[in-house]
Amino acid sequence: MSDKLTAANTMRTTHIESVKTENPTTKTYTFTDKQCAKAKPGQFLMLWIPTIDEIPLSIMNTEDNTVSVTVKALGDATRHLHQMKKSDIVGVRGPFGNSFTETNGKVLLVGGGTGTAPLLYLAKQLAVTTKRLSFIMGAKTRKELLFLNQLEPLCTEPPTSTTEDGTYGLKCLATQPLEQLLAEKGKTKIDVVYACGPERMIREVFNLTEKYHVHMEASLERLMRCGIGLCGSCVIGKYRVCKDGPVFNSAQLREVKDELGISKLGFDGNRIPV
Amino acid sequence: MNTNALSNSLAGLELGNPTALASGILGYSPESLQRIAEVGAGAVVTKSVGLNPRMGYPNPTVVQVNCGIINAMGLPNPGIAEYASEISFTKTVITVPLIVSVYGYSAEEYAEVAKTAAKAGADAVELNVSCPHVKETGSEIGQNPKLLTQVVREVKAATSKPVIVKLSPNVTDIVELARAATKAGADALTAVNTVRAIAIDAETALPVLSNTRGGLSGPAIKPIALRAVYDIYEQVDTSIFGCGGITTWQDAVEFLLAGASAVQIGTAIATRNPTVFKAVNRGVTAYLKKKKFRSVKEIVGQAHRS
Repeated sequence: MSDKLTAANTMRTTHIESVKTENPTTKTYTFTDKQCAKAKPGQFLMLWIPTIDEIPLSIMNTEDNTVSVTVKALGDATRHLHQMKKSDIVGVRGPFGNSFTETNGKVLLVGGGTGTAPLLYLAKQLAVTTKRLSFIMGAKTRKELLFLNQLEPLCTEPPTSTTEDGTYGLKCLATQPLEQLLAEKGKTKIDVVYACGPERMIREVFNLTEKYHVHMEASLERLMRCGIGLCGSCVIGKYRVCKDGPVFNSAQLREVKDELGISKLGFDGNRIPV
Repeated sequence: MNTNALSNSLAGLELGNPTALASGILGYSPESLQRIAEVGAGAVVTKSVGLNPRMGYPNPTVVQVNCGIINAMGLPNPGIAEYASEISFTKTVITVPLIVSVYGYSAEEYAEVAKTAAKAGADAVELNVSCPHVKETGSEIGQNPKLLTQVVREVKAATSKPVIVKLSPNVTDIVELARAATKAGADALTAVNTVRAIAIDAETALPVLSNTRGGLSGPAIKPIALRAVYDIYEQVDTSIFGCGGITTWQDAVEFLLAGASAVQIGTAIATRNPTVFKAVNRGVTAYLKKKKFRSVKEIVGQAHRS
C-alpha cells in the first residue's frame, strides 16, 4: 500500500484541545494532529465521534501541530459534537483530497455560511501572494456571518457581507454583489474566484463566472463514507469528491453541470435533490 | 500493448484483459463504471444490489489496519427497480462486460433481482453470497452448501446470462462450497470476498466500525485468496475470478498461475488510483513476453504443473 495513503488514512485518536463558540449555531474545535496540521487549504479530514458517527469536515486552520474545524450543528453527528468539550476524545483521519490552487493574481473569495471556514484558511495564504483579494460572505442572518474580524486585515478591500434577512450588510444572496465585481474590466479584473458554501450558491457562482469568462475553483460537499476514493458514495459525474476533489475547477464543473446544484446520491445510492 | 495476448474468456464473457473492477468499489453510477472501463479494466462488477433499497450503516464504515482495510458498508443500494435504468444506461457507455452483483434474503429474491438485472442489460450476474457484515444474506448462504445450491439453481432457472458465484473465505473448506456452486450450475466462481475482521481503538476502548465487525480486504488477505484459488483450481472444474489484495502485476500473475482466468481489483484503487488497471496489464504483458508465452491463457494454472 502506498505509504502516503496509509499514514493519512490510519485513524488517530486525540483530545479536543479547545472549543470556541463562533455564534449560536457554530463552534470551532481545535486538536493536536501532526498530519492534519500539514493540510493545505481545501483539504478535509474525517472526524470520528466515538459511538455516534464519522463525518467529513473542511479544515479551517492549522498551527504548529494543531488543526481546527468549524462545525454548525445540523444533524445527529454535529449536534453530538456540539455537546463535546475540551479533553474529550475524537478520532481523526486525513488530510484527504486536493487543495485550492494558489495564485498571485487578483482573486475573489465567495463564502456561504460555514463554507467561509476553508476560505479563511485559503485567504491567509493568498494574502501573501495576491495583488487583489476581495471577499464576499453570505449568511442567513447577522449572527451567522463568520470570521469577519479575521478576514478584514487579509483583504485588499473591505469584505462584502450579505444577509438574507438584511440584519447586516446587503440584504441579498452572496451572488448578487458577485456580478458587479465580475463585470469589472481592465486593471482590477478578477483572475480567479474561489467558492465554498451551499451547492446552489456554488452553482450560481459557476453560472456567473462562465458568463464573465472568469476562472473559478469550488469546494464541493457530498455524503462521504470511506474518504479515500473507494466506496463511490460521493461521486459527481465521473469524479469522486473525496479523492478527485473536493476542489474542482471551471473545466471540471462544466463536465458535471447536469448535477452541480441539482442532484446528489443519498445513503442508498439513489439520486436526490441537492 | 498486445491486447490479444491479454484477452481471455470467463463464464462465456470475452475479456480484453484479465483485470476487472471488484464489486463494492465505486460502481453505483454509470459515470464511475465508465471511468474504470476507460482506464483499462477488462470488465466491471457493480456494487451489490438487492430487491429493496438499503441505506447501509452509519460511519465509520471503513477503517484501515496493517496492510488492509476493514469495511462494513452494509450493502447500501437503491434497489433493483431503481438501479435497472442505471444498468441500461451503463451498457450504452461502456464496451467491456458489465457484471451486476446481486444479493438477496432468499433464493427467490436472488432470482428476481438477477432476472431484472439481466433484462436491463447485465452481461452476467455475480451472486454475493459472502457479504460478511449483513445478517441473513451473504455469508449465511455462502457458508452452507445446501442453501448455496438452492440459490444458484433458482438464479440459473431465472436467467440465461452467465452466473458467477462470489465465495466467502470464512469457511472451513472453500472447495466444498465451490463444488456445490459449480454442481448447481454456476458458470464461474469469484474467490474470494473479504475476510471477517474487527478493529478496536485502544484509547476509547471501542470497536471502530459502527457495525463492530466488517470484512478485511487489501494485501493482508492476498495469500489467503491465492490459496483459495489454488485449491479450487486443483479440485473443481470451473473458471475462477481471483480476488483479494491484488495490487501489483506480480499479484495478478500469481493468481493466474494459481488458476484464475482473470482477477478483480478493489482496494488497490484507493492505494494506487484507478490507473492500477493499466499498470497491472502492462506488467502482465511484459511478463508474458519475457517468459515467451503468447497468451494469458497459457499461464492459467501453470503453478500446478509440478
